[in-house]
Amino acid sequence: MTKIIVDDVEVDVPADYTLLQACEAAGAEIPRFCFHERLSIAGNCRMCLVELKGAPKPVASCAWGVRDCRPGPNGEPPTVVTKSPMVKKAREGVMEFLLINHPLDCPICDQGGECDLQDQAMAYGVDSSRFHENKRAVPDKYIGPLVKTSMNRCIHCTRCIRFVAEVAGVPDLGATGRGEDMEITTYLERAMGSELQANVADLCPVGALTHKPQAFNGRPWELIKTPSIDVMDAVGSNIRVDARGREVMRVLPRVHEDINEEWISDKTRQHVDGLKLQRLDRPFLRENGRLRPATWAEAFAAIAAKLKGADPKRVGAIAGDLAAVEEMWALRSLMTALGSPNIDCRQDGSVLSPAHGRASYLFNPTIAGIEEADAVLIVGANPRREAAIVNARLRKRWRIGPLPVGVVGERVDLTYDYAYLGAGPESLAQLAKGGEFLDLLKSAERPLILVGAGIAARPDGAAVLAAVASLAAAVGAVTEGWNGLAVLQNAASRVGGLDIGFVPGEGGLAAPAMVEAGALDVLFNLGADEIAISPGAFVIYQGTHGDDGAHRADVILPGAAYTEKSGTYVNTEGRVQQTNRAVFPPGEAREDWAILRALSDVVGHRLPFDSLPALRRELHAAHPHLAALDEIAAGDGRATLDAWAALGGSASSAGFVSPVADFYLTNPIARASRIMAECSALHVTPALEAAE
Amino acid sequence: MALADRDRIFTNVYGLHSPGLEAARKRGAWDGTKFLLDQGIDWIINEMKASGLRGRGGAGFPTGLKWSFMPKEVKDRPHYLVVNGDESEPGTCKDREIMRHDPHLFIEGCMIASFAMRAHACYVYLRGEYIAERIALQKAVDEAYEAKLVGKDNVHGYPFDIYVHHGAGAYICGEETALLESLEGKKGMPRLKPPFPANMGLYGCPTTVNNVESIAVSGTILRRGAGWFAGLGTKNNAGTKLFCVSGHVNKPCNVEEEMGITFRELIDRHCGGMRGGWDNLLCSIPGGSSVPLVPAEQIIDAQMDFDTLRGLQSGLGTAAVIVLDKSTDIVRAIARISYFYKHESCGQCTPCREGTGWMWRVLSRMAEGRAQKREIGMLLEVTKQVEGHTICALGDAAAWPIQGLIRHFRGEIEKRIDQYAGNPHSEPVLMAAE
Amino acid sequence: MSVRRLAPAEDQPASFSFTEENERWIEKQIAKYPDGRQASAVIPMLWQAQKQHDGWLPQRAIEAVAARLGMPVIRVLEVATFYTMFNLEPVGRWFIQLCGTVPCHVKGSLDLKQVLLERIGDQQHVTADGNFSWLEVECLGACCNAPMLQINDDYYEDLTPDLLIKLLDDLAAGREVKPGPQNGRHASEPHDAVKTLQDPALFDGSLVGSWRKRFEQQDVKTPDEAKAAGEVVPPKAPEPAPAAAPTPQTEKQAATATGPNDPKPGRPDAGRPEHSAAADAPAQRAKSGEEPVAAAKQADASDASSKEGSETTGEPVPAPQSEKSEEPTPSRPSEGKPAAAADEPEASKAPRGRSKETE
Repeated sequence: MTKIIVDDVEVDVPADYTLLQACEAAGAEIPRFCFHERLSIAGNCRMCLVELKGAPKPVASCAWGVRDCRPGPNGEPPTVVTKSPMVKKAREGVMEFLLINHPLDCPICDQGGECDLQDQAMAYGVDSSRFHENKRAVPDKYIGPLVKTSMNRCIHCTRCIRFVAEVAGVPDLGATGRGEDMEITTYLERAMGSELQANVADLCPVGALTHKPQAFNGRPWELIKTPSIDVMDAVGSNIRVDARGREVMRVLPRVHEDINEEWISDKTRQHVDGLKLQRLDRPFLRENGRLRPATWAEAFAAIAAKLKGADPKRVGAIAGDLAAVEEMWALRSLMTALGSPNIDCRQDGSVLSPAHGRASYLFNPTIAGIEEADAVLIVGANPRREAAIVNARLRKRWRIGPLPVGVVGERVDLTYDYAYLGAGPESLAQLAKGGEFLDLLKSAERPLILVGAGIAARPDGAAVLAAVASLAAAVGAVTEGWNGLAVLQNAASRVGGLDIGFVPGEGGLAAPAMVEAGALDVLFNLGADEIAISPGAFVIYQGTHGDDGAHRADVILPGAAYTEKSGTYVNTEGRVQQTNRAVFPPGEAREDWAILRALSDVVGHRLPFDSLPALRRELHAAHPHLAALDEIAAGDGRATLDAWAALGGSASSAGFVSPVADFYLTNPIARASRIMAECSALHVTPALEAAE
Repeated sequence: MALADRDRIFTNVYGLHSPGLEAARKRGAWDGTKFLLDQGIDWIINEMKASGLRGRGGAGFPTGLKWSFMPKEVKDRPHYLVVNGDESEPGTCKDREIMRHDPHLFIEGCMIASFAMRAHACYVYLRGEYIAERIALQKAVDEAYEAKLVGKDNVHGYPFDIYVHHGAGAYICGEETALLESLEGKKGMPRLKPPFPANMGLYGCPTTVNNVESIAVSGTILRRGAGWFAGLGTKNNAGTKLFCVSGHVNKPCNVEEEMGITFRELIDRHCGGMRGGWDNLLCSIPGGSSVPLVPAEQIIDAQMDFDTLRGLQSGLGTAAVIVLDKSTDIVRAIARISYFYKHESCGQCTPCREGTGWMWRVLSRMAEGRAQKREIGMLLEVTKQVEGHTICALGDAAAWPIQGLIRHFRGEIEKRIDQYAGNPHSEPVLMAAE
Repeated sequence: MSVRRLAPAEDQPASFSFTEENERWIEKQIAKYPDGRQASAVIPMLWQAQKQHDGWLPQRAIEAVAARLGMPVIRVLEVATFYTMFNLEPVGRWFIQLCGTVPCHVKGSLDLKQVLLERIGDQQHVTADGNFSWLEVECLGACCNAPMLQINDDYYEDLTPDLLIKLLDDLAAGREVKPGPQNGRHASEPHDAVKTLQDPALFDGSLVGSWRKRFEQQDVKTPDEAKAAGEVVPPKAPEPAPAAAPTPQTEKQAATATGPNDPKPGRPDAGRPEHSAAADAPAQRAKSGEEPVAAAKQADASDASSKEGSETTGEPVPAPQSEKSEEPTPSRPSEGKPAAAADEPEASKAPRGRSKETE
């Protein structure tokens, strides 16, 4: 710790602090544009200049380390002044320079109201311009479907370039030319090739980069801001849902250091138009092969009629990837009441199961824990597509220091270097026999074995898990204080479903068996759109979008999307989080737990809760860990290894394939989104080339 | 007084003799290099310090001291010497003569300096436009390899490689960290300091960047002794220096002279005198375009050294003496310099990127008289807003000439403005810069 | 500078690949840099690509360089647009870069510019015959030879409008032209008035080795060290010491050992040993160049003796500021009695000035 005096306040800060951090620690506010905590230091905007006693010129506080300061002549701590005339003059000067070529188009600028330049010009600028020359005109650039450019406004802070190069790991953006003619662009105005690209618009301190889909749509002060949780993947990114009236206008990241820091993936951000399109806003009934709008009463009556007298063993329920814990609990309770053991939340047919212990389906080392890993083996996953934020964290760890990464699976660009060890189970077996990478894993103190959820959904999933377990045991991935077994889930609902035991009971059928022809008479489909249901069964689909599930349905019950309800989701780490209602469900759609509660009454098995708090009380009584929000209840890693090792079977030779074929179209909301469709079309072909 | 020929270090500065190895040896290059190296690193650095040599690249930082900043031990990162031959400061054309006419003296200096800094590799960064010079230097390097004077296994017993690298037209690459960036294959954008190159330089390794002239004189200094060099010049401004005299003198030339020679003597003795006589002198820019001009009456008998010129609110810089006579349109000339800095600003940091263009535009209007008098004060303020607020010294360099102009020729600008205001429909003056 | 962009698509070639010769050249370039640092070669490679491609850099060349060096193509584009010597659009067979910065500006570059405007047209316009295009550039670093310009690789200096017109005519007619000063000057010497560096001893090798005396007189070297150094009687390297410490001693020794009369100007020590095989018989060369100008020698000798005489008393005195040659012709041996000045504290202390390096 080093002492330093900031504006007469003496503070004790770590020596590796920058002056800017030290000033903040002392309570002095330092304006900045180029500086960003999570990016490398550029020091180019010069807004953060402060006076350092003894230095002849003001210094850039973002780049100047506390340890670089010399003590005073008599050994007193270095002294920084942030309020002197020198500093005021320097800030005014820089602000004036920033503004001379910045257009006065705030009234039509989408950044208006949340613009760093605007705010800081008010705080640190002068009120008039002395610049009587022509302002610089810069042609706008196409850099992709998500980010709109207005390059006249650019102040060349290079945050976007640094983000794309450092965090996203796709060096697509650059600054061409030099001097006042420097321009930010992609190579020949190609689209950026990152699934995190829209973050650059958040980072842009001015209106040069804004969110294209939201262009000219609203002003920040009109929006109601609701903190929530993302469900586009199993990461559980913290988001803020901004709504106006009944419409979700945009999704922004919220800082959560242990999950998404302050990034979100493009899907998390820009699926929002999908919340408005293809929505199921009233119940439907299939009559004569065609779905017709119906009333709730008609729909419930049809269901009750089917269930009446049905053999409970021929009734089943599948929960989809977006379902919250509450509705799964309600559905599970209903199925139990009906006497059916056929429930499953694993529409992909995974063999991951609570029977193997909670640690068997969690990302045990945690996302933040990736930074502590000293060797990583990725088995059968493409984290870039399955959990872009986790991949960004892996890249972050890789950039910090030497990190050996090995991949068994698809050979794809993960934005960091890795040793490619082969495609499938055979390579995994080969790896376990020995070799350089095995030695690396063995010598690592905290090896991390990232297991894609996809491998457990293979026909030979059990055998592969057994192989992984023996490898993990061999390299010491699970020790006291470190559980390096990291199952990367890709569905937001999955961990919650497994936590509450939404899996087949005694003699019950798993999802793949339930959808086979003739297996069931009545199938309750809670938003599972990625599973093909054979003809025969009477299907009740409860969900939000007119996607595959609805097309196969005989009765459609319109539910609420995650922005329209308060729901508990457990992310891949096992972290319990809740969404909040930002808007109301459209039309006659209702919150899902309430639909099930109402239905239970009609079918004669009234569920014992009348409100969400009551439901949660029951849920928390049964599963106390779900009451602890933002907490992770760790599982027993060794028990998992034993359980997996006991799984048998023989592995096939087929290579591992990521379950996420198209990052942009993984769920009904995203599939309804036009913007996601545009991104998908763009990235299916040219991005593959760009990613090389 | 004048410098004796035998006290001149660059004996072939005009290229009247062969630059080849044979001839260079006769002139004293590579003479006893091994003997000098055998005296040890500490001796070399002490001699360099004692000689009082100040860096010849413009800033005048003591060379020996700079060398001593390198880590005392080579650890996991190799050390590098990088020689700055990106001679781009307007008015400066001295390193060019060293590289094409006396390359062996220079290569020997590289070897000695690298040895003193425990570097086994030296990169010489030439500006891209110096194509003939690059070929000449490369030829000399090849000769030196051939004669086993340098290389992994050379007669000096100190493995040493020297590589010639070049830029492609960017003044900013003369800034040492921008040069390193450029050498690493990036845009020449100056780095933030600290960390200084002696800790984190080329490829993140300890590096010292020296000017060509500073390096080239080191062999001779060591041979003849720190005392000899320190005995030349004036107090605190030791030794000899290549002066590049350009502009309105009768015979512009490069010449090696003692530091502290007066302006008048320099011109009279070597440059055939002032064009049109001394009464015709308007002012001089004594250290390359980035230092403020000094009007005739102040410069004419001034000693040409770092400290005297600093006292005149200017600087010796690279000793590129640009002499301007009374035929010069001084406002336009300084506007042209402003254009230069606008053109060469790398664009990285705000004050320089935005300020250089602003200053140039205002000054261009002033050159025509198309301005308001209050804008003179505003322009001065803008220069102050740029000066000292940038990452590298280019911002200062862009500001100083204008400050010098306003300091000494404010009346001239006001006269222009009055003239223009009196006759607003006159033909616009042709713009110098476009 | 203006905004720099790649040439329009219609000017772009469909493909670009380095010639075999250039491929070999590239390998040599990359070998200059440490492993994994091949990006350092990007400027030389782009330059070579430009040379290969009629003096300008097409898009495909940028991509080829990026691929060859394993760099993201945007990084190479950044470099190509940052450095102004990369021509992104076609240029004439003779591409003229006119220096327009101040030293040339005040010496007539505006007149040259007028010539180019009349003969060739606007900047970056290629003449119909494809022969010429021109560009005003910033200082080319030949300011003593202003005004000047660069045509392709060569500098043409000391120009006047007439000389430039002749130059352009000669080029267009295919006549041979000579780079460098166009007014008969050799390089950057004062034209027809070189007064310095006239002493033949500077060039005939007679001064080589003369500096060693000051070392030889200061210490006796052990034979082992001498052998190791490959020398006959080399002096012992002084111990590392504070800058000023050893030098007064040296001076005293020098004075007592050689006596005041010996140090003739530039006179090499006849017994100077050869220090390595590579040195070409310095002793012989030394002998042949033994005689400097006699009168000067006299004057200097007396000057030197008086000074050194005072030093033989054993009181090293700081050298006066004026200790340097004052004669236009070489005269005094500086070697042999050097370092008293080094005693001067100012010489070794950091100067007051702040410098670029320390910011």
